[in-house]
Amino acid sequence: MTSSVLTRPDTPATRTYASYSRPLWQRVLLTREMAVIALLVGVLVWSNLNVPNFNGPLTLYFLFLDITPILLIALPMTLVIITGEIDLSVASVVGLSSVLVGMLHHDAGLSIPAAAVVALVVGAVCGAFNGFLVSYVGLPSLAVTIGTLALYRGIAVGLLGTTAVTDFPEKWTTLAQDRIGTSSYPVVLIPIAVLAILFALLLHFSPFGRGVFEIGLNDEAAHFTGVNVERTKFWLFVMTGTVSALAGVYYTLRYGSARGDNATGMELQVIAAVLLGGVSIFGGRGALHGVIAGVVLIGALSSAMRLESLTVNVINIVIGGLLVLSVMSTSLLAWLSALTSGRTNGALRLGRRRQAAMHHRKGDQ
Amino acid sequence: MTDLMLRPSRVSPVQRAAGTVLRSREVAVAAVLVAVILVTTLKSSSFLFSSDGWRDLLLTPCILVPLAIGQTVVIVTRNVDLSVGSVLGLTAYLTGRLFLDHPGLPIVAVFVIGMLAGAVLGAVNGVLVAFGKVPALVITLGTLYIYRGIFLTWAGSNRINASDMPEGFLNLGTASILTIPVLIIIALVVLAVVGYVLWTARGGRELYAIGSDPDAAKLYGLPVTRRVLTAFVVSGALAGLAGVVYTARYGTVSSGAGYGIELQAVGAAVIGGVAIFGGSGTVWGAAIGAFLLVTINRALPIVGIQDFWQQAVVGALIICAVVLDRVLSVRQARRLVEARELS
Repeated sequence: MTSSVLTRPDTPATRTYASYSRPLWQRVLLTREMAVIALLVGVLVWSNLNVPNFNGPLTLYFLFLDITPILLIALPMTLVIITGEIDLSVASVVGLSSVLVGMLHHDAGLSIPAAAVVALVVGAVCGAFNGFLVSYVGLPSLAVTIGTLALYRGIAVGLLGTTAVTDFPEKWTTLAQDRIGTSSYPVVLIPIAVLAILFALLLHFSPFGRGVFEIGLNDEAAHFTGVNVERTKFWLFVMTGTVSALAGVYYTLRYGSARGDNATGMELQVIAAVLLGGVSIFGGRGALHGVIAGVVLIGALSSAMRLESLTVNVINIVIGGLLVLSVMSTSLLAWLSALTSGRTNGALRLGRRRQAAMHHRKGDQ
Repeated sequence: MTDLMLRPSRVSPVQRAAGTVLRSREVAVAAVLVAVILVTTLKSSSFLFSSDGWRDLLLTPCILVPLAIGQTVVIVTRNVDLSVGSVLGLTAYLTGRLFLDHPGLPIVAVFVIGMLAGAVLGAVNGVLVAFGKVPALVITLGTLYIYRGIFLTWAGSNRINASDMPEGFLNLGTASILTIPVLIIIALVVLAVVGYVLWTARGGRELYAIGSDPDAAKLYGLPVTRRVLTAFVVSGALAGLAGVVYTARYGTVSSGAGYGIELQAVGAAVIGGVAIFGGSGTVWGAAIGAFLLVTINRALPIVGIQDFWQQAVVGALIICAVVLDRVLSVRQARRLVEARELS
């Protein structure tokens, strides 16, 4: 906080309410989120018509089974990124909770629900540790969660070594893959839908959620308008930890195996999906429907390309390219609109100054 | 005299120099490194005193050191390069491919081509970040996927094996001059050059200026875009070098080459005292941090900790380093504020 006394950030007063000057349909339809949803619909329609077997009953079923962990973690991650922080340790918490479920069930003889509850509590503690270091000690979340990424993964691998626990009761492993009735939608979609609605209510329709956006736009201003910045961030990290642990429980049952290296590298997939869904890495903007569309988009693209018998490598290239394009699009659009409107880069400069100011503010923390 | 923030120190220059050295982050990390080596050697004297132990001690960091140096150059400008692991994999495979397709190629040429290829990949990152004005974290996360995808598509199910490469190249992995392995000498030469540039050359100092305040750097007239681009090119080129070194050291390149090493490189830099939000830290520190990370990995099994726990120790170390930085900087800030209020 002392640095704010020494330097005077000359942030230009950006009108965050400018969009209200446009009619309602424009505000709803011409957004990043709608672009992602349109892209998703386009991919689904195109794949249904052109990709053999895409409209089969198994495609959607496996698509949802595969993206479930990413979809779960993306929900709280959206909130974390909107506050301008990041959590890289989520995949390690998935691994840790997977190992815990396996060990508690196999070695300690706990039932699966009891083991899952313990794993969730441990996940919450992991998140609380991140949150404590970020909000109360005031460390940059990028550095902290790189550290805990290694720490939690190390504990997971240390606990179980290279062995794997695979003897889970069939009742639970089939539940993880069960369908709703006879439809092609897996049962896990129900808890996901409940969580998604809860997080949407929290982010878009509650004072807490308004605080999340305010912190992302300007945490000092948020502090002065009465938002408890530290507590908000702390609880967001607890949420990511808990939900990641839940994803870990699911992951274990879905694949019927608890290993220390489960879900390695998933943090990058989650973040890629969130950013693709229109959330700004600088914080302050984003919406959950865009993120959900982003996750499903990645899943749909992957399964369509897999059905076209492209390898996972090509899928990686496409997803990476999409991610780069989606973040570049803001700059590109600003540049294009500056060109077409004939204004000599006025808009562009404003955008740049705003971004520079954002950069500046991030460094102050 | 009222415009001075601090009164001139009455401490003698020698004492002040000694104080600076004692308080420097590099010395602290080096002390930890020495302590780790000492404790391990007490447990098992062959860790340091057998010829194999001595060689491994120096040889193992030869891949992580160039990566940590490149990462530091980028982090100092308040950016980050997550794609280095994929660049390493890609150039490692390229190295093997070169020997397969052009058997007569001199080894020096392979090193140069590897670094150039890395530099091109780094330039792609740099152009996107510097001209697109988008955060490096996102861009390099994207190129991490793209480069790895290109590597795996290109390699397919092929592996590069030791038998595909000439003797002379593979001997580099074990050759040494005065008991110091050649590969680590390469890394140390790079360290000296980059360290000198960052320490005293104009371009190097401007990187620090950009990292501590990008807006001010721009207003001051520094070529921010060009410098950031250069930083990414350097990081890419060093990752390319690490790729060639990887091939020389292990003799085989499989699809997992360099997977996840980007976080180790960032970790080494952070442990070595490079601030994650730019503007401070040295490559010396990052290199010592890389040595420490690698040495701890090798030391743990010897002191009786199962090697599964290595990663946990590394993580704890990174967190300790970040917390320590915070404590020190808070204390420093308080001292400066007090000094201002006194004057």
